[in-house]
Amino acid sequence: MSGRLPVKKTYKLYIGGAFPRSESGRTYEAQDQNVARASRKDVRDAVQAARGAQPKWAAATAYNRGQVLYRIAEMMEARVPEFAELCSGKDEVHRAIDRWVWYAGFADKLSQVLGGTNPVAGPYFNFTIPEPTGVVATIAPDEPPLLGLVSRIAPVLTGGNAVVALASETQPLAAIELAEAIATSDVPGGVVNLLTGHRAELAPWLASHMDVNAIDVTGADGLRAELETAAAENVKRVVSGKPDSQSLYEISAFLELKTVWHPIGV
Amino acid sequence: MTELDKRQDRSPVPQGWTYAPAPESTDVVRLQDRYGLYIGGEWLAAKEHFTTISPRDEAPLAEVAQASEADVHKAVAVARDAFQSWSKLPGSERAKYMFRIARILAERSREFAVLESLNGGKPIKESRDVDLPLAAAHFFYYAGWADKLEYAFPNRTPKALGVAGQIIPWNFPLLMLSWKIAPALAAGNTVVLKPAETTPLTALLFCDVLRQAELPPGVVNIVTGDGSTGAALVDADVDKIAFTGSTEVGKAIQRRLAGTGKKLTLELGGKAANIVFDDCAIDQAVEGIVNGIYFNQGHVCCAGSRLLVQESIYEPVVEKLKQRMATLRVGDPLDKNTDVGAINSREQLERIEELVAAGKEEGAEIYQPPCKLPEKGYWFAPTVFTNVAQSYRIAQEEIFGPVLSVLTFRTPDEAVEKANNTPYGLSAGVWTEKGSRILWMAQHLRAGVVWANTFNRFDPTSPFGGYKESGFGREGGLHGMEPYLDFE
Repeated sequence: MSGRLPVKKTYKLYIGGAFPRSESGRTYEAQDQNVARASRKDVRDAVQAARGAQPKWAAATAYNRGQVLYRIAEMMEARVPEFAELCSGKDEVHRAIDRWVWYAGFADKLSQVLGGTNPVAGPYFNFTIPEPTGVVATIAPDEPPLLGLVSRIAPVLTGGNAVVALASETQPLAAIELAEAIATSDVPGGVVNLLTGHRAELAPWLASHMDVNAIDVTGADGLRAELETAAAENVKRVVSGKPDSQSLYEISAFLELKTVWHPIGV
Repeated sequence: MTELDKRQDRSPVPQGWTYAPAPESTDVVRLQDRYGLYIGGEWLAAKEHFTTISPRDEAPLAEVAQASEADVHKAVAVARDAFQSWSKLPGSERAKYMFRIARILAERSREFAVLESLNGGKPIKESRDVDLPLAAAHFFYYAGWADKLEYAFPNRTPKALGVAGQIIPWNFPLLMLSWKIAPALAAGNTVVLKPAETTPLTALLFCDVLRQAELPPGVVNIVTGDGSTGAALVDADVDKIAFTGSTEVGKAIQRRLAGTGKKLTLELGGKAANIVFDDCAIDQAVEGIVNGIYFNQGHVCCAGSRLLVQESIYEPVVEKLKQRMATLRVGDPLDKNTDVGAINSREQLERIEELVAAGKEEGAEIYQPPCKLPEKGYWFAPTVFTNVAQSYRIAQEEIFGPVLSVLTFRTPDEAVEKANNTPYGLSAGVWTEKGSRILWMAQHLRAGVVWANTFNRFDPTSPFGGYKESGFGREGGLHGMEPYLDFE
């Protein structure tokens, strides 16, 4: 026995800007660590935090949202070695960081690309703008554990939504590391909430929650039919994407379109 | 009375005057005694039929086919066959078929308008001036997209989906048909469409337009029937379902499609707030309120069925509204002077009656202008409820009839809070002369369409669709193409 004994980290949830343990007091072992095993109550707390934080995030200027998302990339860049140990390696970390940068730059462009004015046949000014759908539940894919999660939640946040994400069940540690980067990135508490635990136990509660507006089932293999059925209860938008894609249309999948009319006259 | 006073006297009818009847002739409509199913460009006989009537006098109009599950499967198989060649046709050729359809609809608009009013009960003035021009315009608009899809979605390669199953409601039968069929064809899909049970006739007459346009057989197939026909279509081998109708049925369809990978768009119910601020142009607002709720007997998913009036002008607004309601002419849909026609069906009339009874029971105060309703047919007088609490059923549930609930507010925040306080989010109206307030309200209302100082305006170029439980996907405009396309 020589040298100092390292301080080990307790891997906790990320809800409303804080790092609580699961209220259930449960953990499970993954990647040789004890990881919080979230409960239905944790899901509800996370949705409540997301709902509370969403209007302000949506009301932030697009420029500001872009800067905050860019800040996440900056915070991750400072922790590349730590992240690399928790996922497939440096390459995955670099791609995840670059993904934030790409989406950060889209925040103040998407409404020009997706919205517009409509030449209606009458004396009206008519325009269509994209708006966030609200609170989004993300069932992140198991693989890749970091890039998969970032690829699924970055477009959701870019559009002005708040998110409750269920991390990779088998490799959840990168998600918790990400929560720590996000917590120091000027992202308002509650805009991103990350849960670890058993997907089959938690995902159905997210799918049936009446205050969730959309659910991303990309990582929900085997559970899709069940989740989509539950989602119908409040006509949730159900999105199924690719684990590591990067596209404007990943953003638009979590947007509503609002059309406004006003007469033109003197 | 000075000349100016006379001009400002807005009562449309001097005391004691009445309107002479101005019936639209029905000669232009030639109905068959019995209709089959329009599959593969031919009329196929069905095993069972039901009678479709006119809600204005309950007179039978024709026998219509009740499509069975086997009939639906046949229609879908035929549509799938037709997809092979239709989707390979150059977009510019698809467009030309659609332009033809638009033109023929315009040419035969009188015939369609009369039949729409006859079978559905809506005033001829509305079918003639709203439904028909918009239906033709919709085909004309989407025709132009057929060969320009590569410009619509940056960095994406659009592809047709296959067969689209489409289920439409009875409130705007031909217009909803055009909202559904036009973008589907522009994208290169083929279609099986089920019209509403109570209003199948204009869809069946539309088959004759397809014949005249020489649309290749099987590209559009029309199967009539009740809810079981719709359910069979949802379960059939289609690539996409587009549904417009009640939120309850929409949820059932979403559940049914869970895990199937079929695409879905839903345009469901609404309980729109029409918000009137104290600085609005009151007379214009009153016109907008009346148009918002009594247009098409209130059979409008985006109807302004909750009036939110700022407290300071509550009394003059309600007073003027009641005066204006008293001038609404309720009666024969085929009369050119009629403002409010027949309720679409007995079933719908009963639903309206039930909710109105609930409103009275819960303590709201009812007002109906004196009006003489015809003896035969389905009728409901324009109705306004005051003294309504947000919790009342008439303030929460979609009535889908000429029934308005009036609530009040003090501040813009309170107006937004109340307007958004339903599971729906289809439309909303704002009346104020202050520009910054219009934009602020438009930003905060959780609804897919916001009408400011106007209401119930529609246009093919303007995306339409809901937030929350009013559904997902948009119809109209460039955005209305997306649900009918697949992307690499």
